[in-house]
Amino acid sequence: MLAAAPRLRAVLMRLAQAVPVVAGVVVISFLLTRALPGDPAVYFAGVAADEASIEQTRVAMGLDKPLPVQFVHYVGDLLQGDLGQSLSSGRPVATDLANRLPASLELTLTALFLAVVIAVPLGVLAATRPGTWVDHLCRVLVTAGVSLPTFFTGILLIYIFYYLAGIAPSPLGRLDFIYLSPDHVTGFYLIDAALMGDWETWRGAAEQLVLPAATLALFTLAPIARMTRAAMLTALSSDFIRTARAAGLSGGTVLYRYAFRNALLPVVTTLGMVFSFALGANVLVEKVFAWPGIGSYAVEALVVSDYAAVQGFVLVMALLFVTLNLLIDLLYTVIDPRIGFDAQ
Amino acid sequence: MSDLSATDLTRRQGTLDHVIYVLRANPVTLIAFCMFAFLILSALFGPALVPYDPLATNAGNSLQPPSWSHWFGTDQIGRDVFSRVIVATRLDLTISVAAVAISFVVGSILGCIAGYWGGWPDVILNRFLDTIMAFPLFVLAMGIVAALGNSIENIIYATAIINMPFYARLVRAEVNIRRDAGFVRAAKLAGSSDLRVLATQIFPNALPPMMVQVSLNLGWAILNAAGLSFIGLGVSPPTAEWGIMVAEGANFIVSGEWWLAVFPGLWLMFAVFTFNLLGDGLRDIVDPRKRT
Repeated sequence: MLAAAPRLRAVLMRLAQAVPVVAGVVVISFLLTRALPGDPAVYFAGVAADEASIEQTRVAMGLDKPLPVQFVHYVGDLLQGDLGQSLSSGRPVATDLANRLPASLELTLTALFLAVVIAVPLGVLAATRPGTWVDHLCRVLVTAGVSLPTFFTGILLIYIFYYLAGIAPSPLGRLDFIYLSPDHVTGFYLIDAALMGDWETWRGAAEQLVLPAATLALFTLAPIARMTRAAMLTALSSDFIRTARAAGLSGGTVLYRYAFRNALLPVVTTLGMVFSFALGANVLVEKVFAWPGIGSYAVEALVVSDYAAVQGFVLVMALLFVTLNLLIDLLYTVIDPRIGFDAQ
Repeated sequence: MSDLSATDLTRRQGTLDHVIYVLRANPVTLIAFCMFAFLILSALFGPALVPYDPLATNAGNSLQPPSWSHWFGTDQIGRDVFSRVIVATRLDLTISVAAVAISFVVGSILGCIAGYWGGWPDVILNRFLDTIMAFPLFVLAMGIVAALGNSIENIIYATAIINMPFYARLVRAEVNIRRDAGFVRAAKLAGSSDLRVLATQIFPNALPPMMVQVSLNLGWAILNAAGLSFIGLGVSPPTAEWGIMVAEGANFIVSGEWWLAVFPGLWLMFAVFTFNLLGDGLRDIVDPRKRT
């Protein structure tokens, strides 16, 4: 059955490849939770702990057992969705992260969407019109984009659009206090507000989202535009394009059906790296804009040495990253007709 | 100097000519080298040359906008922002250079072993690198610093760990394609041990692409280290460091005191930009085909 459906087999193969990666991620995050200098029990017991409560924490967390046994317990807890208890909020880390994840996803996905929508056409235009102003604009944006620290871009944008121009709302969180947050359906304010039909709240949420999303997009746009331009230049100079032109196909067909689809492969490959940058930069942007996502949660936890929360955050981010990469690859398997037939 | 032989002289002349030719062909690279020299000089001599003590507070002179006596203004407790920005160069460069040096050395060794001998070390290394790369790298650095403890050394180790895969993969590929090359076989026939062949015949071939990687990586390492100290890791408050200065200045940006955050941010940008330009320039010199 699998042999008859090469594309299904390719999808299954890709899913299977994710398994060792996830296993490795779990091992590393286990090592990180146990690599605390000195005695982890002292950290997890809290600052005010005495001998007895440290000992109690040690037994309760199973830290008195050998490492492999601890690892089995750790994996068992993970499978039940237990990431430990947060010291600062007093709630389970998994609950905290789940509450805050939609805010981060809304910000990151909006930014990635913006970046792709701007960068890909920009890269294509720059490649088809080398030496013109589009090409120069592309080069300037790309160079600035990789040199600008995200947190600095964010602060500059706040200064210009909030303090000087006064058109942006105050950079504090997802929604100004004059609005009520929409009913929780997806956790994405834009979607929830739209579902309620509350367009005023939708506008408020969108206004808050513009600056942080633009900051993040500016950072992620650079590698995408650069790669698109380079890949398009390579594709346009290859023989099959010359053949297609010689055969009298129209310019649009040659550009989009022939060159662009072939240029997509390296662009999609870079997207993996871009996700990595975007999820990291997300932490900084959330801090700058007081965005109540998991990034600022981890930063607050770091300040008060709330290690379970930080390690939970690292694990969730890694799993998110693996999932994003997997989705992109699967999408590509579906789009690209060559994948799957090669495997026959 | 007097005992230089004629061939040495011509060779030196040739190298110099080549460098001049490359710099003339690409003035941007020349500018990048000048910017790089400026950064090195401010790291070396900055602390001795700055007009004010970077830690000296002056409550009566706080939050002054830029003026002739304080070029970049003063911060909330009256410290001179210009002096702090220049003095911070040393710390920021030290962190990133140390981190990149560690990842260079460790990555080279691991890459050589995996690329030359292959087999199970190769498989294990690749799995390990894949696992590191499966984390968003900045987030992994946060996790490592949180686990090892909040200090500048651990910032360096964390930055080194997240940079290491790039070097290891590069060296592995460069070593792997050459392990059966003619000159390697010749060296082995001449009786050189594996280790000697690896160190003197194969590894030097990986150095040019490695230099490009180092230069591009330094900019990224600075951004990373500054980002970590921006969220409060590593460097503690009174110390002058770009990331933490931007973080402190961010509290004043909404009330219009822009110079606190903007100048350290610009300097950070300048440093990253320098290394990126330098990396692109070096890449053009090493491999003109990869110009994009």
